[in-house]
Amino acid sequence: MNKIFRINMSDMTSKVESVPAEWAGLGGRGLTSTIVAAEVPPRCHPLGPNNKLVFAPGLLTGTPAAQSGRLSAGAKSPLTGTIKESNAGGTAAQQLARMGIKAIVIEGMPSEDKWYRLHVTLDGISIEPADELVGKQNFAVMDQLMDKFGPKIGILTIGVPGELRMCAANISVKDPDQKIRSHGRGGLGAVMGSKKIKCITIDDSGGGKVPIADPDKFRTAAKIFAKSLLDHPVSGEGLPTYGTNILINILNEAGGLPTKNFRYGQCEHHEKISGETMHETIVARGGKHKHGCHAGCIIQCSQVYVDEAGIYVTSGFEYETIWGLGANAMIENLDDIAKCDNIMDDIGIDSIEGAVLLATAMEAGVIPWGDGKECLRVLRDEIGKGTPLGRILGNGTASVGKAYGLVRVPVVKGQGIPAYDPRSVKGIGVTYATSTMGADHTAGYTIATNILKVGGYIDPLKKEGQVELSRNLQIATAAVDSTGMCVFIAFPALDIPESFTALIDLINAAYGLSLTADDVTELGKKILKIEHDFNKGAGFTNQDDRLPEFFTYEPIPPHNAVWDFTDEEIDEFWNF
Amino acid sequence: MKITVKLFAGFRENRFKVAERELADGCTIAGVLSDLGISEPELGVALINGRHVTLDQVLSDGETVSLFPKVGGG
Repeated sequence: MNKIFRINMSDMTSKVESVPAEWAGLGGRGLTSTIVAAEVPPRCHPLGPNNKLVFAPGLLTGTPAAQSGRLSAGAKSPLTGTIKESNAGGTAAQQLARMGIKAIVIEGMPSEDKWYRLHVTLDGISIEPADELVGKQNFAVMDQLMDKFGPKIGILTIGVPGELRMCAANISVKDPDQKIRSHGRGGLGAVMGSKKIKCITIDDSGGGKVPIADPDKFRTAAKIFAKSLLDHPVSGEGLPTYGTNILINILNEAGGLPTKNFRYGQCEHHEKISGETMHETIVARGGKHKHGCHAGCIIQCSQVYVDEAGIYVTSGFEYETIWGLGANAMIENLDDIAKCDNIMDDIGIDSIEGAVLLATAMEAGVIPWGDGKECLRVLRDEIGKGTPLGRILGNGTASVGKAYGLVRVPVVKGQGIPAYDPRSVKGIGVTYATSTMGADHTAGYTIATNILKVGGYIDPLKKEGQVELSRNLQIATAAVDSTGMCVFIAFPALDIPESFTALIDLINAAYGLSLTADDVTELGKKILKIEHDFNKGAGFTNQDDRLPEFFTYEPIPPHNAVWDFTDEEIDEFWNF
Repeated sequence: MKITVKLFAGFRENRFKVAERELADGCTIAGVLSDLGISEPELGVALINGRHVTLDQVLSDGETVSLFPKVGGG
């Protein structure tokens, strides 16, 4: 990967640049965050001409290494006001990598009210009109583009909420089955919409193989790495069988399943929405319980959820979405939850922010608790069409809370808190508070060690060890997010020493390097500090690294736990 | 003593979701696994009344034990 494609939407120019030496060893999140930090003024308006939207495949993307097909998207987030990186599967990352494209940087914004499609080929990017696609949602956009270019075309697209610059808008990525994966969090769809880009098409004709410096060493490491993924019970058996939704019952039993907008830690109807029930339903109806989000995925945590007639309803049906709609918004019917997931794919909003904001709308009395049918209508006809109510909701959980004068508003830095209660799983609370991305469970997934006993065990109800746990995981995750690897490689990496060694060997073999584990840790630290410095430049201080106040005075049953970290204890996080 | 045992994921296959079991006083989590024909390395997480416990944890009459194989998500 030796090219950077740069497109300026202010003067409609397109350039192909060589990769500066200091960016050569970066990919994925490391590269998007480095470019955003170097080129975007931290205080700029996220929807204005000075923000930039950056896409970058990971360091190992496009190689035969398992799990390496993730694409990072980065910008200043309109939802949080912080730097943002969100990564997704799909076909685009591997296509870009095989075309030698290390990053696409989109800057400026057009003065005219016209919409465009960026068309990426080996030669560069052309700016094409997209008037006929405006007002269409994602599946219609993808159908029209596949009719025009054939089924292999890579597609990144936004729906109507992205066009309307709503802060919950995501960027959808076509996957190998012509369905959708998402750069979900942080409202990056609104940034794409602000630049008047409806979609990006990728024609990878003429793309070659990603060069590998030492093919023999690479093959050996790739085998060890793949074996570790299959040997570990979580990545090798649990995830392909039950998907991520197996967590409903574990979090429920541990008292950490936020229910009815974070009132309770357990949900009475947990069994109806559980991974076990979902597995049985999919198998009985003839869907697929294992499925990958990109070519080369051997974990297969995705699934194809079908209705009673065996017709596709949704795929990539994740725990956080099912938790948010099922437990937090109290919708008991898994079919309704699946339909909501599909509509969120279609209109292009983050299914975590979408689920959390719907529960907050229930708190406000806008939607009855547990009313899945009304949620479907609100998603499709209010948010999806940009009505005034739809815009209040579509701007995210914090927007709903402010509009309706609510106090129980689960956000950090404006981003909705996902599926693990920080009072009864304290490590994840440290991650929510300190992450450079706002409330983001993937930034430092302490659930592994707090709840699943992967990588050791630290009692989720006690404060001891949580800051260090979150810090170590956030550092490691920042590095992993730079490789193009799926975050679930962490399960074997935490438990099987050869797995992490093989990952480093893969990078070394691909690039002819001799990195050590310490180098990888240093990379993770460097990325976090670049991101943190950007946020400080944008006006954030340690006082923003805090959870909403209600967590300190509303005990959550069954453990009646409260959030009890002092400011000093949280601030210790950045002491590295 | 009477113990309520809740099983999850693959542990349910050919067993049950939830059942009341009569166990000897002083029985541990390891004893419950043995009673159910589950080998110790298969165990991912054991909880009593919502709190993580280890294999040597001694049970008391009336407690609820939740047993999970090694699974995860995120």
